Amino acid sequence: MGTAVIEAPRAPRIVGTATGGTAREREAPRQPQAWRAASAAALRRLAPWLVPLAVLALWQVSAQAGWLSTRVLPAPSAVARAAWELALSGELWRHLVVSTGRAFLGFAIGGGLGLLLGLLTGSQRWAETALDTTLQMLRNIPPLALIPLVILWFGIDETAKLFLVALGVFFPVYLNTFHGIRGVDRDLIEMARSYGLRGGALYRRVILPGATASILVGLRFSLGLMWVLLIVAETISAQSGIGYMTMNAREFLQTDVVLVGILIYALLGKLADVAAQALERAWLRWHPGYQT
Amino acid sequence: MMSVTEIDILADAQDSQPAALPAEVDAPLPPLARRGLAGPRDAAAGGQAVTLAGLGKSFGERQVLRGVDLRVEAGEFVAVIGRSGCGKSTLLRLLAGLDQPSAGTLAAGEASATRFMFQEARLLPWAKVVDNVALGLEGEDARERALKALAQVGLADRAGEWPARLSGGQRQRVALARALVHAPKLLLLDEPLGALDALTRIDMQRLIESLWTRHGFTALLVTHDVAEAVALADRVLLIEDGRLALDLRIDLPRPRRRDAAFAALEQRLLDRVLSAPDREPETPPDHAAVPVPAPMLRWAV
Repeated sequence: MGTAVIEAPRAPRIVGTATGGTAREREAPRQPQAWRAASAAALRRLAPWLVPLAVLALWQVSAQAGWLSTRVLPAPSAVARAAWELALSGELWRHLVVSTGRAFLGFAIGGGLGLLLGLLTGSQRWAETALDTTLQMLRNIPPLALIPLVILWFGIDETAKLFLVALGVFFPVYLNTFHGIRGVDRDLIEMARSYGLRGGALYRRVILPGATASILVGLRFSLGLMWVLLIVAETISAQSGIGYMTMNAREFLQTDVVLVGILIYALLGKLADVAAQALERAWLRWHPGYQT
Repeated sequence: MMSVTEIDILADAQDSQPAALPAEVDAPLPPLARRGLAGPRDAAAGGQAVTLAGLGKSFGERQVLRGVDLRVEAGEFVAVIGRSGCGKSTLLRLLAGLDQPSAGTLAAGEASATRFMFQEARLLPWAKVVDNVALGLEGEDARERALKALAQVGLADRAGEWPARLSGGQRQRVALARALVHAPKLLLLDEPLGALDALTRIDMQRLIESLWTRHGFTALLVTHDVAEAVALADRVLLIEDGRLALDLRIDLPRPRRRDAAFAALEQRLLDRVLSAPDREPETPPDHAAVPVPAPMLRWAV
């Protein structure tokens, strides 16, 4: 004890600037240290972007040097120019609006049905008996395998695309809602009942909030699937939409426009995921796993 | 303890709705209780007497309770002790209407005037503390009453927090406030302090005792802690093998100090509990004969 107290001011350099020394002794190393900390933080933030930026730079250089054929991969600058021209002409927005409209309409139909049926089979024994086996069988059919049948049924107009999106989105929402409802803590339900909660109030206060985390997982899954299915549906048959735009560009060997379409799909998918995450943060504020 | 068949949440809710609703709407609550529900909580809500006659409960082949006759006076504090699996929790669940008796009769007043405190706090994790307390309350002033009840358990400043942020003892205090805000005439406590550390337990015991003195409800406490039973109860009941084996009146003055008379009673009860012939094969037969000091045995039953 005694020696440590005596030694501390004598050897500040060894003890370290953070732990001690007088104010004057700390003065000198403080500035570079603060600078170093700030630059380290900036580096940490930049680090994840270094690889994509390097790839982009490499791509641009190899395209300009002629190592890459523009037919295979046009330069990033060319893709950006194509996007800019499409945006200016209004063509991009027209296709974007059509695609987004299809995606969300299909999602609303499929997801809404999935939610309703999941709530029903999750909370009513007879509904599970009557419906669950059938739905589990249908679930195992990949929606894309139905494309020939869908074309036979609906032709190649809007209904076919909506049907595919709705069908694909239905099952993740249905399954996760069902399991969410079943997973609600029985003890909480018993407690709420003993406090006089019945029917609608019990559902609103206990069962639905308890199932929310699971329902949101289903929502995220199906938002991802929604774009996948839409892309396929639009590339098969459409007169508008991002998928149509890219397929059309392919016919004319406009690789830059194809790339614009692909990037827009990536962006839309990311946006949907961000929206789902925002919902999670808003609705699961109580959940220790989602608190920031 | 949960009935496994209880899966049809909605179906059950709809089934029990007609039975439960009239009880809440028509119940002619005495003026005292009304005041307790709505106004300042200093007015005693009064207690509910409990009468059991030949009460029995079996789950399939297994008979958990048999021929229990019991009369608990209004406002009495009764502790129920016994080895685990003796049926003491089942007795409480029958009184709360969470299970139905297989035999005998039971009179414990209106379901809406009975509140149950579970072994775990069972707070809704997605509702703020104050909304948990206001669960099942009706009317404009629900929130206000919930805040008052929270103040009584010393947690008014935590009203806006999520339950996940509270400690185990604080959660049980919230659960206690949630039960008391309904001004129950019968409060059933199923080992609510079992999971708390020793100091928090003593705090909670004092809190429960002071609130019981203030509100005058009838209290039935199931516990495995003999000292807790002696500290709180007017009467201690021992259940053995599904039967009422002992009914001991505790006449120590309140608030109770853990003095010689207390220790003597505690020892007497412990001896009685442990002297019962062992029915559980996994416990060694000479269990009761081992000379262990009483404080160490306290948690053993």
